[in-house]
Amino acid sequence: MVEVVGWGSLPASCVTEAREGMVVYTESDQVTEARSTILELLLANHPDDCLTCDKAGRCSLQDFSYRYGIRKGPFLGERKAYPLDQENPFILRDMSKCILCGKCVRVCSEVVGRNVVDFSFRGFATKVATPLNCGLEEAGCVFCGSCVEVCPVGALSEKQMSGRGRSWQVNSVTTTCPYCGVGCQVNLQVKGNRVVGAKSAGTGINGKHLCIKGRFAYGFIHHPERLTRPLIKRNGQFEEVSWEEALHETGSRLREIKELHGSDALAVLASARITNEENYLLGKLARAALGTNNIDHCARL
Amino acid sequence: MTNSIDEIAGASLILAIGTNTTEAHPVISLRIRKALQRGAKLIVVDPRKTELAELATSHLQLKPGTDIALFNSMARYILGERIWNKEFVAERCEGLEGLRESLGEFTPEYAQTITGIPAALIKETARAYAQAERATILYTMGLTQHACGTDNVLAVANLALLCGQIGRESTGLNPLRGQNNVQGACDMGGLPNVLPGYQQVQDEGNRKIFSGAWGAALSDKPGLTLGEMMDSALQGTLKAMYITGENPILSDADSNHVQKALEKLDFLVVQDMFLTDTAKLADVVLPAASFAEKEGTFTNTERRVQRVRKAIEPIAGAKPDWQIICALAAELGYPMKYAGPKEIFEEITRLTPSYRGISYQRLEKEGIQWPCPSEEHPGTKYLHNQTFVRGKARLTPVNYMQPKELPDEKYPLMLNTGRRLQHYHTGTMTLRTEITQIYGSEKLDINPGMPKT
Ligand code: SF4
Ligand code: SF4
Repeated sequence: MVEVVGWGSLPASCVTEAREGMVVYTESDQVTEARSTILELLLANHPDDCLTCDKAGRCSLQDFSYRYGIRKGPFLGERKAYPLDQENPFILRDMSKCILCGKCVRVCSEVVGRNVVDFSFRGFATKVATPLNCGLEEAGCVFCGSCVEVCPVGALSEKQMSGRGRSWQVNSVTTTCPYCGVGCQVNLQVKGNRVVGAKSAGTGINGKHLCIKGRFAYGFIHHPERLTRPLIKRNGQFEEVSWEEALHETGSRLREIKELHGSDALAVLASARITNEENYLLGKLARAALGTNNIDHCARL
Repeated sequence: MTNSIDEIAGASLILAIGTNTTEAHPVISLRIRKALQRGAKLIVVDPRKTELAELATSHLQLKPGTDIALFNSMARYILGERIWNKEFVAERCEGLEGLRESLGEFTPEYAQTITGIPAALIKETARAYAQAERATILYTMGLTQHACGTDNVLAVANLALLCGQIGRESTGLNPLRGQNNVQGACDMGGLPNVLPGYQQVQDEGNRKIFSGAWGAALSDKPGLTLGEMMDSALQGTLKAMYITGENPILSDADSNHVQKALEKLDFLVVQDMFLTDTAKLADVVLPAASFAEKEGTFTNTERRVQRVRKAIEPIAGAKPDWQIICALAAELGYPMKYAGPKEIFEEITRLTPSYRGISYQRLEKEGIQWPCPSEEHPGTKYLHNQTFVRGKARLTPVNYMQPKELPDEKYPLMLNTGRRLQHYHTGTMTLRTEITQIYGSEKLDINPGMPKT
């Protein structure tokens, strides 16, 4: 909210159009006082949970309270208390922390086009809810997570990231989603040598948006079935071997076959999943080192 | 894609053919919704009633495999009604008369008998497409994954050319590519007939440039395609394969055929993150690092080259693919030494005209769309603005063929494959994530109208 000279009330800046000759103050006494009161009112109906809240450190309510020096407010009274909704594997919903800003409602209806949640009930009982309070999945949620991305507080959060690190302990690395050809920009959340989460990068073609795969399907990275040693099959059984041995075996077998049957008895399958640099090297390896144009990948399927 | 993803939101008409966009390209579907909010028309051509079809202004629910009949009849109607873009065709296309002749029998009424779409709807669609201010066509495997896939695309291209709905902002012909780097793998020459940048291997000049840069003589004989590789392996002429990051046993049609072919090889090397069904058949398996463990670039469906950044060290024992390939080259007596992916990329840009102006430095903030011929070039938002690659575009007559396999008494049903929102491709990755908690195994959708036999 801002102060406009000559206006009686403080308009919300996001829905007020600028006009010729308008004089606007964004941080006047009147503005800061109003903001402080609003924050006090919000905090009066907000759990004291910053100590364990995963949003701490990137929470707008925290940040603005800090900015305006709001401590425990003068307003006391009943607080809403809803059970934590942990029913689905991706989005934790802690509606006791909801400040009813409506961002999640709008992103779901206006951008994602799903209308999974909306305001229900009235007055103090107002709550962002699914139809009949059913689970998100049942309500038609596709778990794109855009609501989590826009929620300014800890009301909506990524379940997989819960308790995995405080915001300031986590590094963010911008990279490209490894799934479909859209190429969304993802911020991988890294703690130690582990990927503990993913958020949209806010840039690129996707902006704040991702789909369920880009946002929630990174668990394969640290999956126990990841291969960690090269394998050579002997008598029908895989044996773990060193890199030297595996590479040497591969090199000598390929050379042997090339000498015996010619270069065109060899073929390479490149991949639509690995990087440009790697595909380039595979082409170079096939054509220059093996001497064949037998290289393809599954683009034609 | 001839256009950018963002431009979809600016189209006044979207013709979506065989694309289940909300599931296969979820974030692109947001642009379609935006276009709809701005008043665009959406026409969906799909045998299935997808979510997109439910959003559509009209749904042309054709019988599987009858695409050419539909698009030919639209072209014929547009010519008959004289609503084609005469200026565009005269200036930028050739072959109009040949096309006109080839369309003789394809009246919308005739097409109705083949496709099952009412003739009136075909006419209405043709008119709307021809007269739209900015019409864009989106398509995916629903159009291409047929025995006549290439012809299907040609039939659609004819429409775009006839109506001049290409080469302007928000008008074009846009295949939405499936995999994160399928565009890049093609750009980099991961194909049997072309070197990086789609430079033909049969062209002596191209070979000279590359053999100079690579210090080796290059074969002028186009190689085998994936399908031909499998056939040659079965025949015994192909003896060894090196497969990286693919699981053809699951992803290729006819699993049994592929399995037999791979088993017949004298030597099979598979490089992957997991012991996939394909890797299980290998003689040597090399553990590769994931995207989060390496540097590099992917090129997305709108030709945008974007950075992949290393978030963590490779998990114990695995190596990034580029390092494995270099180490293997050394074993083959052809050392390839690079300090890292950046140096490889620099070599790529020297040899690939469409990538020439791109560098890691320029990619730091955001991706760049090729062609980008020089360092000053901003990249290319949409293609074919002034001319086509070959000069004038050819309108190509396309014959309609019945699908190769039609339901018969023994096999009375038609099975259509497709993408699920929740999972990706063969599931090597997504089946090892929390997603399995809501979607654990593949499901079969059955038409409720199907007799319960
Ligand atoms: S975005 Fe968060 S705070 Fe705002 S209404 Fe939704 S749940 Fe509540
Ligand atoms: S987040 Fe979803 S839409 Fe975006 S690139 Fe990844 S898989 Fe595709």
